[in-house]
Amino acid sequence: MRRFSRLTVAGAATASLALTLSACGGTSTEAASSGSESRGDKGLAIAYDVGGKGDQSFNDAAYAGLERAEQEFGYETADVEPTEGETDADKTQRLVSLAKQGHNPVIGVGYAYATAVKEAAATYPDTTFGIVDDSTIDADNVADLVFSEEQASYLAGVAAAKSTKSDVVGFVGGVDIPLIHKFEAGFRQGVEDTDPKVKVLSQYLTQTAEEGGFSSPDKGRTAAESQIEKKADVVYQAAGLSGQGVIEAAAANKVWAIGVDSDQYRQEALGKYRDHILTSATKDVAKAVYNLAKSVEDGKPESGIVRGDLKTGEVGLADSNPKFKADTELQEAIETAKEKIISGGIKVRTS
Amino acid sequence: MKKFDKERVLLAVAGPVIALAVAFALTSVVLIASGKNPVEPYTLMFEQASFSDIQVLIINQASMYYIAALAVAVGFRMNLFNIGVDGQYQLAAMAAAIVGAHMDLPAVLQIPLLLLTAVLTGAFWSGIAGVLKVTRGVSEVVATIMLNAIATSVIGYLWLPSVFGVKVGNNNTTGEMAESGWVPGIDMGKAGEIYGLVILAVLLGVGYWVVLNRTRFGFDLRASGASESAAAASGVDPKRMVLTAMLISGGMAGLAGLPILLGDTHTYSLNFPTGIGFLGIGIALLGRNNPTGIAFAALLWAWLDKASPELDFHDYDKEIAVIMQGLIVLAVVVSYEAVREWGLRRQQRRVGAELAAGIVLGATDNTAQKAQKEVAGR
Repeated sequence: MRRFSRLTVAGAATASLALTLSACGGTSTEAASSGSESRGDKGLAIAYDVGGKGDQSFNDAAYAGLERAEQEFGYETADVEPTEGETDADKTQRLVSLAKQGHNPVIGVGYAYATAVKEAAATYPDTTFGIVDDSTIDADNVADLVFSEEQASYLAGVAAAKSTKSDVVGFVGGVDIPLIHKFEAGFRQGVEDTDPKVKVLSQYLTQTAEEGGFSSPDKGRTAAESQIEKKADVVYQAAGLSGQGVIEAAAANKVWAIGVDSDQYRQEALGKYRDHILTSATKDVAKAVYNLAKSVEDGKPESGIVRGDLKTGEVGLADSNPKFKADTELQEAIETAKEKIISGGIKVRTS
Repeated sequence: MKKFDKERVLLAVAGPVIALAVAFALTSVVLIASGKNPVEPYTLMFEQASFSDIQVLIINQASMYYIAALAVAVGFRMNLFNIGVDGQYQLAAMAAAIVGAHMDLPAVLQIPLLLLTAVLTGAFWSGIAGVLKVTRGVSEVVATIMLNAIATSVIGYLWLPSVFGVKVGNNNTTGEMAESGWVPGIDMGKAGEIYGLVILAVLLGVGYWVVLNRTRFGFDLRASGASESAAAASGVDPKRMVLTAMLISGGMAGLAGLPILLGDTHTYSLNFPTGIGFLGIGIALLGRNNPTGIAFAALLWAWLDKASPELDFHDYDKEIAVIMQGLIVLAVVVSYEAVREWGLRRQQRRVGAELAAGIVLGATDNTAQKAQKEVAGR
């Protein structure tokens, strides 16, 4: 008899699965559009990449752009964080939710949003979507906000090669992915072009972002310490929050660190170590985000590939450290390299 | 035998129900402590569950949780802790994606081939831990954790453009799979598509139950789990059982990523969901290693996942759902143990009472046997 009742239970489970299906009501999108006021009355919304707000780097830069747009245009904005291990369907859902609430533009921060932006853009053709760090989407209402990180990294390489005394410099990448390879490639080329004798050590903290390559200062510190032990006296990091550990290690050992994404010399959290931050290879995500919001506000939304490079000033090399600025020979070398890159005289590799 | 064993059902249901109630209550405490309405988040989340597009998301996600949890449960049933499900399913999904991108057979052959690839890859990966355990006595917990890390590195290697990787923008992928390997979904109109392989998850659940409860092998497996020495005395080769159980667990784990791979992404990229193997452990615990229980647990987990993002739009933090998931796992462990002891005490009292009443010897024997069986059934 027990066999029978157990089988019934198994059958009931299957049936309940099927039941959930047939019990479907309307979709959440339909419910919201009929319930709330009409759309198109809210401003910029951003959806963060893994790491989210507070990473002192990439996501925070996007938030800075959002704040600026909020102040300037006085409209309602939104920013939403992802969950761990989510699927493309979840990302799509997030973007669609934002669009359905009337946000315009809606920006996915990070290439991980590529599939989601593509689908959401097809569902909401009247909303402008943006995606940072991806150039694979080709739609009228999508702006691909990409950066030539390798150009800024090249300049960082020039600065490193000119500043090293031991002829060894280091690169610490957060996660072993194509985006970070661009930083390394540019840096390496910059060093080699300036002084072929200088050796570049390179290390990636983790294989995947889930393991914390962008969010573990301790991993960054260990990696930088081992490079410094091998005589590196300038360490360039492209590692998000982990980069703080790299800068800490450099300061502790009295060698140079080169920051990334924002001007890290000016960051309060890093104030203690600023004397050892030579410069930073900046990537102005804030400006790109703001520009897209402005273009929408002006009624001429950006679309297609919008590239930030040395020419537009959205990538560059910060010069807030007075010691760095005072070194005229170094500054000249950087200026020359910069002009050559802008004029096309130097082609910087991306991998 | 009685048609419906009330005692058994009561004990089986009490654990999860108490755990859920405690978890909900504690989450409400957290909400009150942070000065928020302790009820509204639940109403919002229940409302989400009534939308068809959210239902589709929940079912899709639950199918993967379900398979992963079954893989964990197979190990649990014989006291093996396969923490490596996470590495096994990711590696297996990648292997299937690579085979799918480089082979193009008719669908009737292609899909079985992909399933087989995934099963074999998963089984191979867990088999390493199994072989280490039976030959060198290495704890499977340690071995599978390490194999997870190695799997991540292997995946990183396979992603190299010089190996099997195809770069799409800033993303690593394995290239798009041949269309014959795509499993068509169940079209729900505007709500989206339910992965075709949800059916596979259901079949695996049925298969799990049949094998464990209706075959000699399943009996040996449960016996080994209850008492290895007793099983060995009755002629079960413990080493063979360990290895087989690990292989089955890994093979099942290999399938966990396929619903989304064959139903949606059609490539293994950096966006591929990770961590399902670890969630599977909690889900298997909550479901008490029972296929029906796990199904409910997987649906519950998926509901918390898919309904919580809406909270962000109503000034709540969606992390409430994560807190709740954590509390459920904690509460489950405590409440199962408490319920088990309570059940044992009840049983002892009853046996005591029956003995005191002076029942004939045969009937007493019967009760004692039953008691023993219930203990073994855990």
